Amino acid sequence: MAEPRPRRGHGGKMAPVEKAKDFRGSIKNLIKYIGRYKIAVIIVMICAALSTIFAVIGPKILGNATTALASGLMMQIQGTGTIDLGYIGIILLIVLALYGVSALFMFVQGWLMTGVTQKICYRMRKEISEKINRMPLKYFESRTYGEVLSRITNDVDTLGMGLNQSITQIITSLCTVVGTLIMMLLISPLMTLIALVILPVSAVIIGVIVKISQKHFRAQQEELGNINGIVEESYGGHLIIKSNNKEAETIEEFEKTNRKLYNSAWKSQFLSGIMMPLMMFVGNLGYAAVALSGGLLAIQGIITIGDIQAFIQYVKNFTQPIQQISQVINQVQSMAAAAERVFEFLNEEEEEQTVENPVDVESVRGDVEFEHVRFGYNEDKIIINDFSAKIRQGQRVAIVGPTGAGKTTMVKLLMRFYDVNSGVIRIDGHDIREFNRRELRNAIGMVLQDTWLFNGTIMENIRYGRLEATDEEVVAAAKAAHADRFIRTLPDGYKMVLNEDASNVSQGQKQLLTIARAILADNPILILDEATSSVDTRTESRIQRAMNNLMKGRTSFIIAHRLSTIKDADLILVMKDGDIIEQGTHEELLGEKGFYYELYNSQFDS
Amino acid sequence: MGKIFRNFVPYWKSVLVILLLLTAQAVCDLALPQYTSDIIDTGIQNCGISHILPEKMSDTEYEYAEMFMTKKELEEFRSCYKPEDKLYVRTQNDEKKLKKLDDELIYPIVIDYTMSMLPLEDFAEMAKEKVGGQLKPKPTEEFVESVSKAIGAELKVTKIKDEDGADSAYVDARPLFRAKADRASIAQIREFMKKEVDALGKDTAKSSAVAFAVKCDREAGVDVDSIQTAYLWIAGVKMLLISFVLTFCAVFAGFFAARVGSGVGMTLRSRVFRNVIGFSNSEIDKFSTASLITRTTNDIQQIQMVSVIMLRMVLYAPIIGIGGVIKVINTGASMWWVIALAVASIMVIVAALMAIAMPKFKLMQKLVDRVNLVSREILTGIPVIRAFGREEREEEIFDEANVALTKTTLFTNRVMTFMLPIMTVMMNLISVLIVWVASGNIKDGNMQVGEMTAFITYSMQIIISFLMLTVMSIFLPRAAVAAGRIDEVVKTETSIKDADDSRPLADNKGVVEFRNVSFRYPGAEEDVLSDISFTAYPGETTAIIGSTGSGKSTLVNLIPRLYDVTGGAVLIDGEDIRNVTMESLRDEIGYVPQKGILFSGTIASNLRFGNKDAGDAEIEKAARIAQAAEFIDEKPDGYESEISQGGTNVSGGQKQRLSIARAIAKNPKIYIFDDSFSALDMKTDKKLRQELDKEVSDSTVIIVAQRISTIIDAQRIIVLDDGRIAGIGTHRDLLKTCGEYLEIAKSQLSEKELGLGEDGELDG
Repeated sequence: MAEPRPRRGHGGKMAPVEKAKDFRGSIKNLIKYIGRYKIAVIIVMICAALSTIFAVIGPKILGNATTALASGLMMQIQGTGTIDLGYIGIILLIVLALYGVSALFMFVQGWLMTGVTQKICYRMRKEISEKINRMPLKYFESRTYGEVLSRITNDVDTLGMGLNQSITQIITSLCTVVGTLIMMLLISPLMTLIALVILPVSAVIIGVIVKISQKHFRAQQEELGNINGIVEESYGGHLIIKSNNKEAETIEEFEKTNRKLYNSAWKSQFLSGIMMPLMMFVGNLGYAAVALSGGLLAIQGIITIGDIQAFIQYVKNFTQPIQQISQVINQVQSMAAAAERVFEFLNEEEEEQTVENPVDVESVRGDVEFEHVRFGYNEDKIIINDFSAKIRQGQRVAIVGPTGAGKTTMVKLLMRFYDVNSGVIRIDGHDIREFNRRELRNAIGMVLQDTWLFNGTIMENIRYGRLEATDEEVVAAAKAAHADRFIRTLPDGYKMVLNEDASNVSQGQKQLLTIARAILADNPILILDEATSSVDTRTESRIQRAMNNLMKGRTSFIIAHRLSTIKDADLILVMKDGDIIEQGTHEELLGEKGFYYELYNSQFDS
Repeated sequence: MGKIFRNFVPYWKSVLVILLLLTAQAVCDLALPQYTSDIIDTGIQNCGISHILPEKMSDTEYEYAEMFMTKKELEEFRSCYKPEDKLYVRTQNDEKKLKKLDDELIYPIVIDYTMSMLPLEDFAEMAKEKVGGQLKPKPTEEFVESVSKAIGAELKVTKIKDEDGADSAYVDARPLFRAKADRASIAQIREFMKKEVDALGKDTAKSSAVAFAVKCDREAGVDVDSIQTAYLWIAGVKMLLISFVLTFCAVFAGFFAARVGSGVGMTLRSRVFRNVIGFSNSEIDKFSTASLITRTTNDIQQIQMVSVIMLRMVLYAPIIGIGGVIKVINTGASMWWVIALAVASIMVIVAALMAIAMPKFKLMQKLVDRVNLVSREILTGIPVIRAFGREEREEEIFDEANVALTKTTLFTNRVMTFMLPIMTVMMNLISVLIVWVASGNIKDGNMQVGEMTAFITYSMQIIISFLMLTVMSIFLPRAAVAAGRIDEVVKTETSIKDADDSRPLADNKGVVEFRNVSFRYPGAEEDVLSDISFTAYPGETTAIIGSTGSGKSTLVNLIPRLYDVTGGAVLIDGEDIRNVTMESLRDEIGYVPQKGILFSGTIASNLRFGNKDAGDAEIEKAARIAQAAEFIDEKPDGYESEISQGGTNVSGGQKQRLSIARAIAKNPKIYIFDDSFSALDMKTDKKLRQELDKEVSDSTVIIVAQRISTIIDAQRIIVLDDGRIAGIGTHRDLLKTCGEYLEIAKSQLSEKELGLGEDGELDG
C-alpha cells in the first residue's frame, strides 16, 4: 500500500512527467547528497536483492509440492503407492521459510530506507530554511514566495517519495525480472520463449495507449485550467456580474467549457482505465499460452504439473515488474526534476554575512550620510543616479516623490538588503559595509507598510522587537504605541493568538502592533516606510501620535505619499527619477514653489 | 457517503450496464482458473478423457465389464454401445447423459479396472479360493500359469515399477472370474469393492475409472494422444476466448464508468456554479470566495475521480468476492474455513496497522501544514526578519516544525513498511496452508490437484477484493467530506430573490431614498448600519465619508440589492426596490467596486460588459471620461488589447479606470462609486470627476470616498460614524457643524488649507 500523497495533483501514471533539465547532473548531485548514508543505502540494495531472490525461488519449490501431490495421486490411482504427506510437508516448510526470509529482508530494507529518506528530507528542509536567510533580498523580490515555498514542501516531498520507493523498486524489479527469467528458463526454455512473446506486445500496447491518452490528458488539464479560470473570475467578479445582470451569460459560457471538460475528461479517464484490462488481456494470453503449451509438454513428460503451476505464477510476476519499471522511470524523472530545483536553490549566490574587523555597532549614534550613491537592481537599469545627503543624529527626514522615484530603494540600501553600485553610505562616519550585516540591521528599526506579524500571541509578536524584553516592557511599548487600550479590549488581551494571516485584528491595529514592536526594539535609527498608507486618515492621525513617540530622539526616515503626515519633518528630501531635486523643510520647499509645491497642492486642487 | 452514491441516480441505466458488464467480467475472471484446473486434471492427468465410458471397446473388454454390473446397470451400459466389427462403439455422446453415467456406472467400471490389474498377492489369495489349495504358498508367475491351465484361459501379467523402483507384478484376474465365479460371489466382490472405492474417494475413483477408459480406448485403437492434444487445444482456445470477453467487458465497463464519472463531475460543477452565481453577497460571505472556488474545482474533481474508482473497483470487489466464494463452495466446500481464516487475519492485521498509523497520518497532515505555515511566514517576512535580525529564531522555529514532521513521517512510513512484508507473508502462508490442507484432501480422494490450484487462485481473488474494500473504506471518507462540502453549497439558497409580484422598474428618474435603513450581517450581534435616512437626487453628487469600518461600502451595496436591508427601506423614485425585478433595478445602476475587477477578454469586451449593444463611439467616450483613453490608445491593439485572467496585465490604476469606464458605458441613471477613486492619483481623480460632472449631468452619482479632496464639491456629504449618520451637508456646512467631519478634514489638510483661518471663511 502506498503512503497517501498530500498535495498532489491528479493524473497518476498517465500524466506527462516533468523532466529535469540536466538529468545526469541532478542525479549525480543527489548521490553526492546521499553520501553519508551510502552504507545504509548499499545494505538496502542488498536486502532488496536478497528479498527478491528468495521470493522468486518460492513458486518453483511450491510447484514441487504440487508435483509430488500429482504423482502421488497417480500412484494412488494405480494402486502402486500413496501421497507422501511427510515429504510435501517438508517442502511446504521450506517454502514458508523462503518467504519468511524474503519478508524479513524486505522489512529491513524498508525500515532502513525510510530512515535514510526522512533524514535526507529533514536535512534538505533545514538547509533550505537556513539558506533563505543568507540569500540576497533580490532573489525573493524577483519571484513569488509560492515558488520558494514549493521547493521546501512539494519538491522535497517528491524527492523523498522518489528516494523511498525508486531505489528499492528498481532493484526489486530488476531482480524479479532476471530471477523470474532464470527460473522460467530452468523449467522450460520453450515455454519461456512463448511467454516472452507477450513482452513486445505489451510494450507496444503501453506505448500506444500512453501516447493517445497523453493527448487527451493534456486536453483535460487545459480545460480544467479554463474552467478553474472561469470559476475564479466569476466568483471573484461576482459583484460585477450581479450588478450588470450577466448571470445567464456567465452560466452559458461556463456550461460550454464544462461540456468540453466533460468530453476530454471521460476520454482521458477511459484511456487511462483501458490500460489495466489490456495488460490483463496480454497477461491472460500468456496465461493461456503457458497453460496450453505446459499441458502439451506435460503429456510428453517433459515438465511436471507443479512446474506448470509455478510457471503460471512466474508469468504473472514477470509482467508486473515491467509495468513497475516504467512507473519508476517516471518517478525517477520527477525526482530528478525536484532535486534539480532544490539543489539549484541551495547553490544560489549568498551574501557575505560578516566582515573582518567589523565596526562595533553598540555605540552607533545615528549620523547617516549618503555620498554619491548610485544603484540599480540591474546594472543597465539605474534607479538611483547620484544621491547625496547628510543627516544628523536625531533628525527626522522625510523622503517624498512620485511612485518609482526610488524612495524605498534608499532604505533598502541603508539596511544593506542591497549594496550600492558606487558611492558610499556611512553611519557615524563608517562605511556600512564595514559592519557585520546582521549587527548593522540591529541598529535600525523598521515599520513597513506590509504589517508582517506571525501566527502567535500579541505578546510574542511585540516581543519580536527584543526577545529578552519582560512582559512589563512589552506593555510599556504597547502603551507608547497607543496600542495598549485596543489590545486589552481583545479577547484574551495580550495572550490573543493572531491567526495565520492575522485577519482577526484590523489593519490599523496591526500597524500599531508593528509600531509597538519597533518601539520595543529601541534602535538608534528608524525607518517608517509607508507605514500608514493602508489605513484611513482618521486612524492614521491616531497612529501618527504613536509614531511621534517612536521617533523621539532617533534618526528617522519617513517615506510617505500622503504629504500631510510629513509636514513636521526636520528635512524633506524630494526625489524624482532617482535623484534628489529639492531639499529643505516643508515651509522652505513650499516657498520655493518647485516640484514639492506642485505635488503638495495637487492633493487639494478641486 | 450517501451523498456520493446519490450522484449516480440520474445515471442508473449506465450504472446497471456497468454492473452487468462487471458481473460478466467476474464470471470470466473466475472461469479462467477453472480451465487451468481442467487442463491439469483432465487434460494431463486423465489424458484429455472426461468420461469413464470409453469411446470404443474390444468385445472382450466389453464382456468383462458387463460381468460386474447389476441388471439395471447392464441395461444402461448396453444402451450406450453398438457392436461394430469386433468392437463396441459408444453411440451415446450426450454430455449430460455421460456425466450421469459417470456416477451411475462408477462401481462396476472401477471393479473391472481393479480386477484387470490385481496385485499378484491378492490374485493368489483369490485364486486359492476359486481353484483350490493345490497351489504353492508363495505366489509366482508359475503359479499364475498353473491357474491359467486350471481354468483353461490365458491370464495376462503386467510388471510395473513401484515407488521404490522394484518390479511388481499385476494380474488380469477377470478370466478367472468368468471361469469360476457365480452371481453370488460377484455380488460379494461388489460389496467388498464398493467399500474400497468409497475409501478411495470420489475424485480418485473417477480418475481410475477414466484411466480404465483410456486403457480400453488405446486397446481398441483409438488415438488417445490426439484426443488429449485436442482437449488441451480446445481448453487453450476457450481460455483465449474468455480472456477476450473479459477484456471486452472490462473495457466497456471502463468506458461507461468514465462517462458516468465525468458526467457526475459535470453535473455537480454546473449545479454548484449556477447556484453560486445566484448567491447574494450574504451567501458568498458565509462561505468566502476562496472556499467556494475550492469547492467548485478541487472538491468536485475529487468526487469525479472517486466516482470512477467506485464504479470500477468498489463495485467489482464484492462481485468477484461473492463469485469467488461461490466457486470455492462448489469446488472444495470443506476448505472454506481456510479462506475465512485468511480474510479475517488479513483484515485484523490491516485494521491494526491502520489503527496505529491513521491518527499519525492525520497528525502528519497538520504538521505538513505547520511547516508550510512557518515557511510562508519566513518568506513573507524576510525584510522584517532581517531588519530585526531574527534569522536564528526563525531557523529554530522552522527546525521545531521540521523535526516534528520528520519524526511523525518516519513513524507512519515505518508502520507502512510492515505492511508489505506482512501482506506477502500472509498471502504465501495462505497458499502454503491451502496446499497442505488440500494434500490431505487429495490423499483422501476428495479433491483433485487442479482443483487445488484453482482454489488458491480463488482465495487470492477473494482476499484481494476484501483488501480493496478496506483500502476504499480508508479513502472514501475523505471523498465524503468533499461531497459534504459541495452539498452544503448546493443546498444553500440565495437570500435575495425577486418577489412574486415584482414588476420592472418603470420609466424612472433615479431618485434614491434611504428611509430609516438599518442593516445587520447574518449572524452578527450588532447592526452595521442603523437608522440611515437620506435622499440622493439626479444631477447631484452625494458623497459618503467615514473611517474604515463605518459601513460606507455596506450602505452603497444595499442599492443594487447585493444585500437586503434588515430594517427600513431603500426606494427608487418612491418604489421599494424589493418590489421591482432585480434585473430592471440593476440595469439602472452603474456600480464600481473598491477593487478594479476585469474579466479575461479584450478591453472592448470589458467595457461592453454592462451594455453589450454599446457602439465603438460609446465605449470610447466612456474610456475618455474615465481617463482611460490615453493608455488604451498607447497599446498597439488599442481597444482590442487582450486582458488576461484577473486583469493581471494592466496596472491597478488602469484596472480601476477601466472598471469606471465600464460603468459609464452602461449609461445608467444611478452611479455608485465605492471608493473607486483612491487608487488614482490626485490629478487623474480630479480630471475624471470634472469630466463626469460634465457628461453625466442628469444622473444620480453616489461616491464613497476617503479623500476629502474627492468630495469637497459634492452637493451632499453624508458622514458615517459607526454605522450612523453623524452629519449631512456640504463641505462648508459640515466643517462647522460636524465634529467627525472636521476631524477627518484636519487629518488630511492643514487648517489654513481648510480655510479655517482667523476669518473663518473658506479660501475656495
